[in-house]
Amino acid sequence: MNDRREEQSTSDTQSSNDPAARRLLQAWKTPTGWRYWSAVNNSEVGLWYTLTAFAFFLFGGLLALVMRIQLAVPENDFISADTYNQVFTLHGSVMMFLFAVPILEAISIMLLPEMMGARDLPFPRLSAFGFWCFVIGGVFVCGSIFFDAAPRGGWFMYPPMTTQYQDGVGVDIWLLGLSFIEIASIAAAVELIVGVLKCRPPGMRLNLIPLYAWYILVVAVMILFAFPPLIAGDVLMELERALDWPFFDASRGGDPLLWQHLFWIFGHPEVYIVFLPSIALIAMIVPTFSRTPMVGYSWVVLAAVGTGFLSFGLWVHHMFTTGLPGITIGIFSAASQAVAIPTGVQLFCFIATLLVGRVVRSVSLLFVLAGLATFIIGGLTGVMVAVAPFDYQAHDTYFVVGHLHYVLIGGTIFPIVAGFYYYYPFVTGKQLSERLGYWIFGLMFIGFNVNFFPMHLAGLQGMARRIYTYSPMLNVGWLNMISTIGAFVLASGILVFLIDVLRPKGKQPLVKRNVWNAGTLEWSGQVPDRPWGIRSIPVIESRYPLWDQDDFIAKVDAGQFYLPDAAEGLRETLVTTTVDARPIQCLRVPGPTFLTLWAAIFTGGVFIFGTFHWYVAAGLSGVLAFATIITWLWTGTSIIPEKDQKEIGLGVTLPIYVSGPNAVGWWAMFITMMGDMTAFVSLIFGYYFYWTIHEDFPPKDIAGPGTFWPLASLAAGVAAWGLTVVTKKRNSANDARGFYAASIASLVCAAVGIVALWMGIWQHDMDPTEHVYPAIVCAIALWTGLHLLVGSVMHLYCIARRLAGRMTNRFDADIVNVTLYWHFAVITIAVTALTLGLFPVAVGR
Amino acid sequence: MTTPTESSKTYERRSIPISSRLWWLTIAPTVWAIHFLACYLAAAIYCAKASSPEESMPMLRIAVAILTGLAIVMITFVAFISFRQHRMGAAPLPHDFDSQDDQQRFLGFAAFLLSLLSIIATLFTASVFVFLGACH
Repeated sequence: MNDRREEQSTSDTQSSNDPAARRLLQAWKTPTGWRYWSAVNNSEVGLWYTLTAFAFFLFGGLLALVMRIQLAVPENDFISADTYNQVFTLHGSVMMFLFAVPILEAISIMLLPEMMGARDLPFPRLSAFGFWCFVIGGVFVCGSIFFDAAPRGGWFMYPPMTTQYQDGVGVDIWLLGLSFIEIASIAAAVELIVGVLKCRPPGMRLNLIPLYAWYILVVAVMILFAFPPLIAGDVLMELERALDWPFFDASRGGDPLLWQHLFWIFGHPEVYIVFLPSIALIAMIVPTFSRTPMVGYSWVVLAAVGTGFLSFGLWVHHMFTTGLPGITIGIFSAASQAVAIPTGVQLFCFIATLLVGRVVRSVSLLFVLAGLATFIIGGLTGVMVAVAPFDYQAHDTYFVVGHLHYVLIGGTIFPIVAGFYYYYPFVTGKQLSERLGYWIFGLMFIGFNVNFFPMHLAGLQGMARRIYTYSPMLNVGWLNMISTIGAFVLASGILVFLIDVLRPKGKQPLVKRNVWNAGTLEWSGQVPDRPWGIRSIPVIESRYPLWDQDDFIAKVDAGQFYLPDAAEGLRETLVTTTVDARPIQCLRVPGPTFLTLWAAIFTGGVFIFGTFHWYVAAGLSGVLAFATIITWLWTGTSIIPEKDQKEIGLGVTLPIYVSGPNAVGWWAMFITMMGDMTAFVSLIFGYYFYWTIHEDFPPKDIAGPGTFWPLASLAAGVAAWGLTVVTKKRNSANDARGFYAASIASLVCAAVGIVALWMGIWQHDMDPTEHVYPAIVCAIALWTGLHLLVGSVMHLYCIARRLAGRMTNRFDADIVNVTLYWHFAVITIAVTALTLGLFPVAVGR
Repeated sequence: MTTPTESSKTYERRSIPISSRLWWLTIAPTVWAIHFLACYLAAAIYCAKASSPEESMPMLRIAVAILTGLAIVMITFVAFISFRQHRMGAAPLPHDFDSQDDQQRFLGFAAFLLSLLSIIATLFTASVFVFLGACH
């Protein structure tokens, strides 16, 4: 132990004697005192994020215990039916939205840069903003239960119950609070995609990426396509609740099934979104404890990508009993069976790796094995309920509850606990107790199975889900009692685990460097870890550089690779090409700030005040949020560097400022707009969905919006887009007058487009509360108008940037990204105009 | 490590074969996704608009057969190119060398596996129309 301390202090002296290391340390120093909370570096934000998500997990777990007490005996009156509804709704919502998705993002924010030898993710402030949004939204949603105001509609919030029979504020809290958090999730997804694609170390080609990064790339893309439909659904439901637009009201042409479609287009990929990152942790842990590289690397990549794709073809299997045509049910049943193939492939790869390697015993690996075993059982019951005739019987019974907890706890929570054991030394420099770990494992694994296995039987006996009590005649009292006992055993395991994680370990010696003898880059850090992420950014030649590359750690420590110094005192990391990871830019990343916290508080204000219909306060909050975000962009992005290029070590010189498809900002805009388009497509899907279910849609007796005004808005929108392209070209040609003229002309065209959209509705007296047709037309027009407005604000921003000398013909990232936004905006306006203007004509109205 | 002395903008646009791009992996599953959606939407609209519940649906089945044929041809094409790339030279799996060639072999192999999965999933979708003769 003393040796280790000495070793540590020698490395300390080394770094303090080396001026380059001193400068680097200074640049990456974590702020102290109350300013600690202004940190944006991935290690701090990732840690806060993980702990917060874990706190929500405990809250959700307590709610589960309350439910188990209520269900322990038949006709129990521990809590009322209404309270029970709030409890199970929050349990599901918290576990899904506030724990499962955030914890994957948290762990990824913490680990990914270290795995890739990046000093930070490309947009640290975005991560911090996402984290603060998550805290504010999460506390708001969870707090509601203490005021008897929590949502009561289940985590899936089916209308018409939630739109016509629940007047309280609960549903609004769910809709707005969780939409707010979903935005934070999408922000993290953008960050992670760009991180994996552009911030890898030199030489880390596609075939050398750690499997964790492959999984996270797939999952982040899934978030991008899965969350927007739910956001679109949330928008529609909130419009129905706040303004009485009847999207889900069958008496006025709406249809509750539309919500189910939108919800499950999100909801099914969602379960894979929470499962794959945990499997990714397994993919890191198994090779380490088998002392051998992962068997079937390409097969695991196939499993990740294949599962990611196929999981989008399953959503209707949650709707088998809604009276859809048998042929539709068949299609989705087939896809639900098919997804078992890639899911199974990765499990075989893990088992094969354990077989060919020399396995070292550890608690972490025990939890991995528990996770695999449990997940396989859950997967098998999943294949059972994918068979429609069986599902007709099992639907809405406790069989499904048993199934989903097996896959989620087996596929998500056990691997996360394994990850805690594995990565705890990486974060704190101390180890969790292995001896206690065996006890925790026993309690959790036995408790879990005792808790959830009887639920399958209770379900087959006919016990329905979401009931606050049941009759003794049903003869499931004893099964429920066993479940409740199991729940408390499981909870005691988690409690001991929590104590072990949180207890002070001051006396415990620091672990040695790379405590598990792992082969991947994140273990190259010193103990205790330095804030710089990695001393110098290495050149990678293997999937397991710590195992395969000679003197790797010594060279990293000696600063013999890239960026070993921070001569300007700024935070820098490398940007590389997407496929073969050649360095193309030295990216300067921003440092600590409170702007992100304020931006999150004000953004949260918009949603939270909106919940209570305090629209003045919400509007004010929105203005402040806008001002904060603009300040953040203005002062912290696209900064013109003091020199064009920089020597980064090993004789390589790279540009500091890049715009266009090589820049991380361009990628972020592109990815964000992909998500935005997905939400828009969901709205358009709604329009055509109403056409399929109605004999008469658009209805003959409701006129509007005509063909002229939509096509006029299309012409104006296309002109605005064309002028934006001209604006960009004029800027490149350094023709200031042309730039301003084109930009202002584009603004005018966008305004004309907005007015034309509104005229079509106003001229025909379309009343969105009367029928679903005017409602969906107004919703789509509103969406498109908003996009034109945002595009106009972007133009004003670029004009201001150029006037202020912060954007020039050479440093043009702002206008390049705005042009990219407009490429998407013009697609939006075109689809809107053609749908609203020409579709009624096409069907002969 | 070579130094990227040329402007970074031109660098990524050097012509490397399409099958060495990351998104080559996604082509086969995307074809599956389009086929899946087309079958689902065609069936949903057909069942909502055109058919009485018990009527057989020859037109829909022919349409699905054509769609499936097209999809299988496209995925097979991707599989063929990918397999050839995976077998390029005589390098064995696991394609973990630090070289441009091994990276291409890896991409080829992964894309080939994804093509196989996509073919299976596409046939799964099509089989529904073989076994079910009517909307309900």
